[in-house]
Amino acid sequence: MRYVLALSTLLSVFWLINSGHYTPLMLFFMVVSVVFVAMLCRRLDVVDGESQPLNLTFSIPGYWLWLIKEVVVSNIAVAANVWGGAETISPRLIKVTAHQKTDLGKVIFANSITLTPGTVSVDLEGDQITVHALTRDSAAGLQTGEMDRRVCLVER
Amino acid sequence: MYELTALILLVVMGLALVRAFLGPTLYDRILAVNNFGTKTVLLIAILGFLGGRPDFLDIAIVYALINFISIIAVLRFFEYSSKRPMDEES
Amino acid sequence: MEVLFDIISWVCLVSGSFFCLTGGIGLLRFPDFFTRIHAASLTDTLGASLILVGLMFQAGWGLVFAKLLLILMFSLLAGTTASHAMAKASLKSGLKPLESDDAEKDGVPEGERPSQQ
Repeated sequence: MRYVLALSTLLSVFWLINSGHYTPLMLFFMVVSVVFVAMLCRRLDVVDGESQPLNLTFSIPGYWLWLIKEVVVSNIAVAANVWGGAETISPRLIKVTAHQKTDLGKVIFANSITLTPGTVSVDLEGDQITVHALTRDSAAGLQTGEMDRRVCLVER
Repeated sequence: MYELTALILLVVMGLALVRAFLGPTLYDRILAVNNFGTKTVLLIAILGFLGGRPDFLDIAIVYALINFISIIAVLRFFEYSSKRPMDEES
Repeated sequence: MEVLFDIISWVCLVSGSFFCLTGGIGLLRFPDFFTRIHAASLTDTLGASLILVGLMFQAGWGLVFAKLLLILMFSLLAGTTASHAMAKASLKSGLKPLESDDAEKDGVPEGERPSQQ
């Protein structure tokens, strides 16, 4: 029930942002469509802790701040590589172990890897993530395991 | 200032088109088209501000959605239809 | 206050354009597909974010701000998902990424190459 409420709130906010008309008729349409979509999602059995990760609500903003800092730093590094030309890059495939317990945590970890320029997660099998790294430094930065540790902290 | 950003975005879209023409593999072309699409979203948003009509943002949202879905659809299509996507490269 | 917001938004727009341009050039300059993904993600993350944040400073609080935020969050999520899907599909189809260890295929000179791996 918690998840249905969260989904309905999310859908209502989405509607209110995109509509811009707040007449009673439009709000009635909003209620109708939100209830319809929520029922549809319940029938599809996609309303659970994985699509509405409510338990992450308080732990994830801090991680986002750290991730933004990481993204900015690695953006500047990759931009330097672009202007420096092909001599400055040393692409490689590496394996990283994800220590998260849930699938959601692993997905957050893999998505953070991809969001950071210089590293792209190519494959996820079990707890092994195959990562394509642009330079030795970006690979080494990932292999220190700091991102892994921080995602583990978010998860609990 | 908007003009400068719009101009640079157009140049970047041109570069992405060059990469889409050059290839050499199928995936390079898909990547270039994806990049072209994300730049189009930004360009539509900038154009809305340039003309003083931020309503254009609705179109930008729709374009972002269509771009994402189409990239996934094209990837799915080639994943299942072609067992030899590499023969383009040789 | 208005002037300050203008200056911040201009700085964001110009640096965002710079990152977009860098990504576009990287898309042409980098030697193979997997390295080009990194260049594309450069424009997807900081390039797009900075331009949209710059527009947010111009828009002020309101519906336009919320829509820009929506585009920003969606483009970040969709960009990562799309680049992961492309990388996975290309590796599954047998496209081999360049590795800096083999000398002929890569432009990395002898001294630059790492000894490990």
